[in-house]
Amino acid sequence: MENVNLKINGISVSAPAGSTILEAARIAGVKIPTLCFLKEINEIGACRMCVVEVKGARNLVAACVHPVNEGMEVQTNTPKLLESRKRTLELILSDHERKCLSCVRSGNCELQELCKELGVADEDYFAGERNHYEPDTSAPHMIRDNNKCILCRRCSAVCEKVQTVGVIGPNNRGFATAIGSPFEMGLGDTSCVACGQCIAACPTGALYEKDNTDDVLAAIADPEKHVVVQPAPAVRAALGEEFGYPMGTDVEGKMAAALRRIGFDKVFDTNFSADLTIMEEAHEFLDRVKNGGVLPLMTSCSPGWVKYCEHYYPDQIAHLSSCKSPQQMFGAIAKTYYAQKMGIDPKNIVCVSVMPCTAKKFELTREDEDAAGVPDVDISITTRELARLIRKLGIDFCSLPEEGFDDPLGESTGAGVIFGATGGVMEAALRTAVETLTGEELASVEFTEVRGTAGIKEATYHVAGMDIHVAVASGLSNAKIIMDRIRSGESQYHFVEIMCCPGGCVNGGGQPQVHGNVRNFTDVRAIRAKVLYDNDAAKTLRKSHENPSIRRLYEEFLGEPGSEKAHHLLHTTYVERSVNEI
Amino acid sequence: MKSLEELREIRENAKKKTSRYRVHVCGGTGCTSSGSPRIIKRLTEEIQANGLEEDVEIVKTGCFGLCALGPIMIVHPEGTFYSMVKEDDIPEIVREHLVGGTPVKRLLYEETTKADHILPLEETNFYKKQHRVALRNCGEISPEHIEEYIGTGGYEALGKVLTTMTPEEVIQVVLDSGLRGRGGAGFPTGLKWRFAAANEADQKYVCCNADEGDPGAFMDRSVLEGDPHVVLEAMAIAGYAIGASQGYIYVRAEYPIAVQRLEIAIRQARELGLLGDDIFGTGFSFDIGLRLGAGAFVCGEETALMTSIEGNRGEPRPRPPFPALKGLFQKPTILNNVETYANIPQIILNGAEWFASMGTEKSKGTKVFALGGKINNTGLVEVPMGTTLREIVEEIGGGVPNGKKFKAAQTGGPSGGCIPAEHLDVPIDYDNLIAIGSMMGSGGLIVMDEDTCMVDIAKFFLEFTVDESCGKCTPCRIGTRRMLEILEKITKGQATLEDLDKLEELCEHLAANSLCALGQTAPNPVISTLRYFRDEYIAHIVDKKCPAGVCKDLLQYRIDADKCKGCTLCARTCPADAIVGSVKEPHMINQDKCLKCGACMEKCRFGAIYKE
Amino acid sequence: MSEKKQTVPFSGTKEQEQALREVIAGHKDEPGALMPVLQKAQEIYGYLPIEVQKMISDQMGIPMEKIYGVATFYSQFNLNPKGRYRISVCLGTACYVKGSGDIYNALMEKLGIVGGECTPDGKFSLDACRCVGACGLAPVMMINDEVYGRLTVDDIDDILAKYE
Repeated sequence: MENVNLKINGISVSAPAGSTILEAARIAGVKIPTLCFLKEINEIGACRMCVVEVKGARNLVAACVHPVNEGMEVQTNTPKLLESRKRTLELILSDHERKCLSCVRSGNCELQELCKELGVADEDYFAGERNHYEPDTSAPHMIRDNNKCILCRRCSAVCEKVQTVGVIGPNNRGFATAIGSPFEMGLGDTSCVACGQCIAACPTGALYEKDNTDDVLAAIADPEKHVVVQPAPAVRAALGEEFGYPMGTDVEGKMAAALRRIGFDKVFDTNFSADLTIMEEAHEFLDRVKNGGVLPLMTSCSPGWVKYCEHYYPDQIAHLSSCKSPQQMFGAIAKTYYAQKMGIDPKNIVCVSVMPCTAKKFELTREDEDAAGVPDVDISITTRELARLIRKLGIDFCSLPEEGFDDPLGESTGAGVIFGATGGVMEAALRTAVETLTGEELASVEFTEVRGTAGIKEATYHVAGMDIHVAVASGLSNAKIIMDRIRSGESQYHFVEIMCCPGGCVNGGGQPQVHGNVRNFTDVRAIRAKVLYDNDAAKTLRKSHENPSIRRLYEEFLGEPGSEKAHHLLHTTYVERSVNEI
Repeated sequence: MKSLEELREIRENAKKKTSRYRVHVCGGTGCTSSGSPRIIKRLTEEIQANGLEEDVEIVKTGCFGLCALGPIMIVHPEGTFYSMVKEDDIPEIVREHLVGGTPVKRLLYEETTKADHILPLEETNFYKKQHRVALRNCGEISPEHIEEYIGTGGYEALGKVLTTMTPEEVIQVVLDSGLRGRGGAGFPTGLKWRFAAANEADQKYVCCNADEGDPGAFMDRSVLEGDPHVVLEAMAIAGYAIGASQGYIYVRAEYPIAVQRLEIAIRQARELGLLGDDIFGTGFSFDIGLRLGAGAFVCGEETALMTSIEGNRGEPRPRPPFPALKGLFQKPTILNNVETYANIPQIILNGAEWFASMGTEKSKGTKVFALGGKINNTGLVEVPMGTTLREIVEEIGGGVPNGKKFKAAQTGGPSGGCIPAEHLDVPIDYDNLIAIGSMMGSGGLIVMDEDTCMVDIAKFFLEFTVDESCGKCTPCRIGTRRMLEILEKITKGQATLEDLDKLEELCEHLAANSLCALGQTAPNPVISTLRYFRDEYIAHIVDKKCPAGVCKDLLQYRIDADKCKGCTLCARTCPADAIVGSVKEPHMINQDKCLKCGACMEKCRFGAIYKE
Repeated sequence: MSEKKQTVPFSGTKEQEQALREVIAGHKDEPGALMPVLQKAQEIYGYLPIEVQKMISDQMGIPMEKIYGVATFYSQFNLNPKGRYRISVCLGTACYVKGSGDIYNALMEKLGIVGGECTPDGKFSLDACRCVGACGLAPVMMINDEVYGRLTVDDIDDILAKYE
């Protein structure tokens, strides 16, 4: 692409034509503060934090959306601009509930950070009438508190554009503008899929997951209870960010050590049940292929995706794999197989999951997720909540030793760990399905065609005399494209993996929040996914069916994949919902 | 419509009038409100009763401009002007004038009856300085009959451009005419067209901004009601110039008559093939869709208007990209307002030089103003650019009523400012208005007299912007609110000089930082009143007084004991029982109880109650 | 804009629903058709309750939140039914300087409601409006389509009495 030459603060820069001033400034090493801007998602120039002076322009311009021109001269730090940004912050503060000390985002709030950086000295400078709102607690997974909302609209842009759900958006006008759902109904009454991408996008404490850390501590403190924990694959790829590790650090060992110090009776691993999911799902796939079942088979690990399918494609739910998600399979096994093995009443087992996901909080409340007659999983906390718990208990995460997981539900293969990245479930399933179909060992276990952060990936594999067409999609706007193809009958797919969050679980709604100014210039998904693929590559066992603990589980308890018992414990059902349930 | 000849045939037929009298009755919103439909009904009945159907033609026209005197009725060919016509006057007018041939003098517009003869309307103060280009047909033709428009040369300009001019030539003429956008900012119209013409695209759009939202402005409405075809014709010309085949008119839903006449006009133009495919057999196709605004002032901003047509909340988008590149549905688009379009056909027919011969050096042509507020001749006027405010207010407008003193004129609506008496002689054009701290805006011109409090007026406009702010960008959403709060404090006598500093700081902040023109110009009413009437602000803040006696919190009603006769009327009127006193003794007002409603002062027959 | 929540039970008819379906079908495939559809829907029902917005959402495939966001942005759209007699007082500049603010306040007091509300008996609803273009008659108010000009506060009782 052609470049244009411009000057930013007197520094000569050459930037690709079509770049914004913000991007060009980045090249020049000049940081311009932003707040509402999320690259490719929310490019609305609304907050006015990034205003800069362009020589010859009548007004200040928003650097985040203003394109560069040849010969342009930009100033980003004049006294007038610094003053402008400060005043804008002071205006925001005048309509913001400033309970910062008790705020879930304190210390990690983009607004707070900007106030500090730009030297806001008087938060009451423009004091005046404030909007007051009742926080919305109706959803099972999160709270929306408009009192902390600064109307950057990052949440609603993500909801509408990235997830094509659009259950929250700006309502009313002017000073009364507020993010909400139609007719001010609670989020829990809408077709919200609980993905939590809005939370991940929120710069302040207006959106946050329902905190269950106290429930965890209470269970641990209860001597009657045997509390087991299962962290999802993606958690180890991001938890370190909460403790100052660079993005892309694998903290699996420290995480296990931390969980032990928190006081869990057993520290297991969702990777184990990811392997188990593959056993069941690969079997289901082969069964559908051989016996003329509904194809394509679509993965069901992602509860946000499952809920989306139920709301928006209720006519297509037969495509969903009946397999429970790894979280739920884990709980089911913990409260049956493990409970029997240990001689513990399942009622006294508290199964806690640590998930990169907020929809998991919803998933554990679903019907038909109670293998032992009690809920498979009792408490689900996000990666962020785990970090909060670690901090609350004074555990010095960085100096923890690297520890392993407990037996028998802690052993896993490389196939399990890559579940956390888009394409991972597909790859893990292929490793097992192909070997099962051909009866031969794979020359290479890496199915690179389904890797990477592209929203939609397609591949065709020639296996045992047949072409298997697969597709992988992440982010619901991409899922929608795939689903429309399936609904219209034009799809040739046999097997489709869909993850609700763009990039898969590594970028889940429960992961540590990445500030806009980092997110806009960093491929968060790829960096975190690399942790999982590296983890996989370092493992000797990389196929789910080779997991010794899984083999033992089938030998001792379940029988064969897809057996009646497996079906009873590890599979579930879906409900038809509608888009507008009023 | 396959050829220009067909058009000319219609025109010739339209000119063949057989009736002796043509009675124009204003069917604009103003006169409709004051009862013109009833006048027309009665007139029709009376004419039938007198068997005059052949001799008298009743034409329901658009606005004549003198709304204050509505309902208005003009009898042609003489142009006899009846004002404030009452239903019951109709039989007399029909009998004396239409049958007898003698105008009913006592019902005529007073000014036209001064001498022993009846003065032609053009020579009255209201009309003699006016020059009607955009309003050329308003009040002259029936807007609901396309033949009448064609009869005055309508669609001739479209025929001319399609058959004899290249798109570039059209743009050059518009450019040479010096026409600038009449919607507010005054951007050269030809330049706008040229930018859009230069951008290649499979589809382009021509939009008309008829979302006239300035409080007190009704220029565009009058054109739409009185001469809707001129807008359609101009848009088709613009479509040809930039290479667009689709137009949209975004019109306020609050203008039902305008909407209805546009619907009729579009239908008639389609029927005659003046809209649609292959116009005049030239292969050029153009059609127009109507979109109704839904009550959001911000939709007058061009990107917001387009966002609204796209079916969204009418929130502005950052520019660039400019609409000429990415406008409606992300396609190259031009947007002009109604009055701008209304000039186009005349410019095409009479030439750029003709248009450029009117006006000032940088502001060519005429400008329509909606004259309102404390002025005798409320109504619509069109004057050459460069006319002074004094000419408009004192001569055309007939001055301030009740012998009060002119204090300021407000132009540009909520984006504009107040012009004080000291600038009454400034020739009005885009640049001069900006230089004196106001702006042309779309043409609302509100006159204020000595009873108007300038802080209260600034507050009024801020209330408007607070209501109309879309809420997208921070400075406008919160900043306008904070400004209003400070103004409220000032009018309540609760503000400090520090608040005033903060107010000025906010003015500067909003002007520089807001996303769109609404927020950028929102401080103008404050800035301009501070510029010319700072002492009034100071009086409110420091002396806790409202010099104009408007801000209730700073007022006290008092009774002049010397004048009070003790009639007790005030005490009986007071809703708060705040007035005490015995019969035939001077009364007193209990200030703690007084609601400052002013009812006592209105009732007092002796002028004994005053406020300070 | 003052009150957007719904307070009156919905009582739409089959005929109204049919009319709405036809409107939506008539705007099928038209870009940006939401606004005209909402305007027609309001003509049909008089206001835009949740039931109507749901029908529009389902049939046009537009998220209901987006529709609600649009409906609450424009002051023309009502989420509540209006009174049998809709009073709008012009608060445009010309009327304001001639005292329409006082007229508005007096009406609120007399009717016992604030702007945007409807009296409990469903008779009067009161709104402030922008310039209705009858500046020559300022101050002006409208009751349904009837215009009352050159008003004083004292005129109000007599005018309201006409609607008893």
